[in-house]
Amino acid sequence: MPQILVENLEKRFRVAARQPGMWGAVRGLARRHYRDVLALHDVSFAIEPGELVGYIGPNGAGKSTTIKILAGILTPSNGHCTVNGLVPWRDRIRHVGHIGVVFGQRTQLWWDLPVVESFELLRDIYRVEQSRYGAMFDELVALLDLGPLLDVPVRQLSLGQRMRCDLAASLLHCPDILFLDEPTIGLDAVSKLAIRDFIRRMNAQRGMTVLLTTHDMDDIEALSKRLIVINRGTLLSDGTLADLRARFGAERRVIVDFAQPPALLGNQRAHLVAQDGNRYTFAVPGAATAQLLAQLTAQFPVQDLVVEYPPIEEIIARVYEAGNA
Amino acid sequence: MRDLWRPYVAILSARYRMLLQYRAAAFAGFVTQLFWGAVKLMVLAAFYAVADADQPMTFAQVAAYIWLGQALLGLLPWNVDPELQEKMFSGAVAYELLRPLDLYLFWFARTVALRTAVTTLRMGPMILVAGLLLPWLGLTQWSLPPPPSVVAACAFIVSISATVLLASAITMILHIALIWTLSGRGFNNIMVGLVMVLSGMAIPLPLFPDWMQGFLFWQPFRGLADVPFRIYSGNIALQSAGLEILLQLVWTGIIVGIGYRVLARAQLRVVVQGG
Amino acid sequence: MNAGRLLARFMALSIRAQMQYRASFLLMSLGQFVATATEMVAIWALFQRFGSLTPWTLPHVAFFYGMVNTSFAITEAASRGFDQFGTLFIKTGNFDRLLLRPRSTVLQLAGHEFQLMRMGRLVQGALVLAWAVTNLDVDWNLARGALLLFTFVAIAALFYALVICTAVLSFWTTESLEVMNALTYGGVETAQYPMAIYTKYFRRFFTLVVPLACVAYFPAVAILGVTDPLGSSLTFQALAPLAGFVFFGATLVLWRYAARYYTSTGS
Repeated sequence: MPQILVENLEKRFRVAARQPGMWGAVRGLARRHYRDVLALHDVSFAIEPGELVGYIGPNGAGKSTTIKILAGILTPSNGHCTVNGLVPWRDRIRHVGHIGVVFGQRTQLWWDLPVVESFELLRDIYRVEQSRYGAMFDELVALLDLGPLLDVPVRQLSLGQRMRCDLAASLLHCPDILFLDEPTIGLDAVSKLAIRDFIRRMNAQRGMTVLLTTHDMDDIEALSKRLIVINRGTLLSDGTLADLRARFGAERRVIVDFAQPPALLGNQRAHLVAQDGNRYTFAVPGAATAQLLAQLTAQFPVQDLVVEYPPIEEIIARVYEAGNA
Repeated sequence: MRDLWRPYVAILSARYRMLLQYRAAAFAGFVTQLFWGAVKLMVLAAFYAVADADQPMTFAQVAAYIWLGQALLGLLPWNVDPELQEKMFSGAVAYELLRPLDLYLFWFARTVALRTAVTTLRMGPMILVAGLLLPWLGLTQWSLPPPPSVVAACAFIVSISATVLLASAITMILHIALIWTLSGRGFNNIMVGLVMVLSGMAIPLPLFPDWMQGFLFWQPFRGLADVPFRIYSGNIALQSAGLEILLQLVWTGIIVGIGYRVLARAQLRVVVQGG
Repeated sequence: MNAGRLLARFMALSIRAQMQYRASFLLMSLGQFVATATEMVAIWALFQRFGSLTPWTLPHVAFFYGMVNTSFAITEAASRGFDQFGTLFIKTGNFDRLLLRPRSTVLQLAGHEFQLMRMGRLVQGALVLAWAVTNLDVDWNLARGALLLFTFVAIAALFYALVICTAVLSFWTTESLEVMNALTYGGVETAQYPMAIYTKYFRRFFTLVVPLACVAYFPAVAILGVTDPLGSSLTFQALAPLAGFVFFGATLVLWRYAARYYTSTGS
């Protein structure tokens, strides 16, 4: 039985449609016109306990809408959804007691209180037993290095510090599912690494199910084995990163440093992607890579050579394009 | 010469037009004020009903006072410019000091817009309802009566214009209090409370005890409501109206003078402390 | 931690935070005191000029005034979460945060803040009430005392319910909220005089639609021991405050529906 089950989820909402021009504005005073926006259409997936899933899509794709529905703070227009056997928006109070949610842009901590007091207040709100709380608290403080931050009012924390505290706060009640909406947005490199490491550890050691939405491709590469791609409210792909690469990124990048500028390269299956002085970057289908390498090294003076996968951004962009087609 | 006034006129016009946008709020406010006027009037009517002696105002004059008070409430210095307040709290007020303009005049222009814009929206419906709808519904004794003569009406218009200036000057004091001290808000709360009573908005000033009338005559806030409303209803005779309006303007001048000097001082403080 | 204790915790935190700015809080309280006391000044002045409001004397009116103001001050202080709901929670999207916690939103909003400066109104109202009581010839006994306490709570509940209605309105609009001021602050203004002096339709509205008369006038008449010019019975007067609680219960139901509607139409 999947822990998170989403079936044919649909969400439409009405947006006031502004009519253009002055006459439109005047008419708009009397009667508002609305149009329907389909934020989610026929979204279905299932997540088993302990999975770490990346949920990616461009802005406005419906990621946050999905998370809000799964969290129970938004009601879908159609479709089914259960989390831990509960319907999130119907059993709100029971449901949210078992999940942790972190929204990257907004903090759930109290602005004027020292961090540790926010934690204690959350403990009381979530009715966590003191012994359980104490153990979790100690572990989170150690893992996220929160010691020096505990007595600082939240408003005085930097973004990276606040994010770590928010992450800890979302786990104080030992939820079995963690929803993360853009957790690394705006953070410096060190903080990002710390947070990724922490999420991985929570997933691996505690078996916590994690659903993570992000734009950051490094997040994806570092964290998720499974990727769900959504664009314009519909799912485009649901599988591993390797699957995606196979479908959309079945090519390689070959970066070559030549000793001298090369003459014309006669290869139908490779094409030049970039050139920087004597450094040429070729794109070639995976199967033809060996042939290209042989050709290059045989015909030209190669000083250095690297073979890579195409950047993830490109693969994802191709997924989006395929969805738009 | 026109060039000199251009920036001040521009800011006044811009703020005015911006504040006019809040139509829904104006309608909500109108309903609220209709309610308030009705309650106040009913209370006074109850007193008048059991009164045995003659009063310094007829009930009709009281009705005029109350309804004009509700219609023109926006004119009174009951709030500060929220944008300016925000700037002071965030420290962005420093940018205001960087403009090549006289700060007092600049803010005064904004304040005039603040005082008049909302009133412009609410005044019309209030006067229509209190002055025309109520009599039409047969409730003439509760309605806003017309002024006794055209001259009285003109004197009223002059007086209310003086009120705009006086109210703006007092609002400037509230702004200056905010920039002068952290406790400005508390001070302003107290000020606004006092102003509301002394202007006549709580109850018409002539209805206060006789022994208070002397003091009430000479205090500046009278010019905010008491003077124009009583000129309108004829409770202040036309021959005294000129003197009363002059008194309004004198007080305006005094308060503008005080405000100007204190603001100049405040500017020096801000600059010296590094902003 | 159960609901009551959590609420107390929230309020204690809020009070502690405000006490850090002691000078500011005292000054603001003073400002509140002055601003609200002006109403009593007006009442006093009118009695000075007119002598009486037959059959009501100044101590009678002072009693009504004191009762309403002290109760309302508590509501004013404790209902900030609802009063500022639109600005603090809807516009900012912070309502989501409340929904993500395993507690009722009403509890969380009730505990949002306990605004100490409203004690200015409380002190002023209490002083007037004390003066009224010492100047009135009331036969105080346990029943009257109990009714007074019951009335206090009922008045606070009614006004709290009106502020919750303001919050319900905030789901749809933030501009038109001022209309509720007519019922909250306007209600205080109305109830500080005995309801009997107002016109018939006005009284009907405040008995049947928003039961202000039921919480602030009828029981006060019973406590003061005067005959009601409106002709109500003693039983009715003693039971009337219940209407305030019924009204409060109804607004809680309204709130639940409004919140549900909001989560189903949001994005």
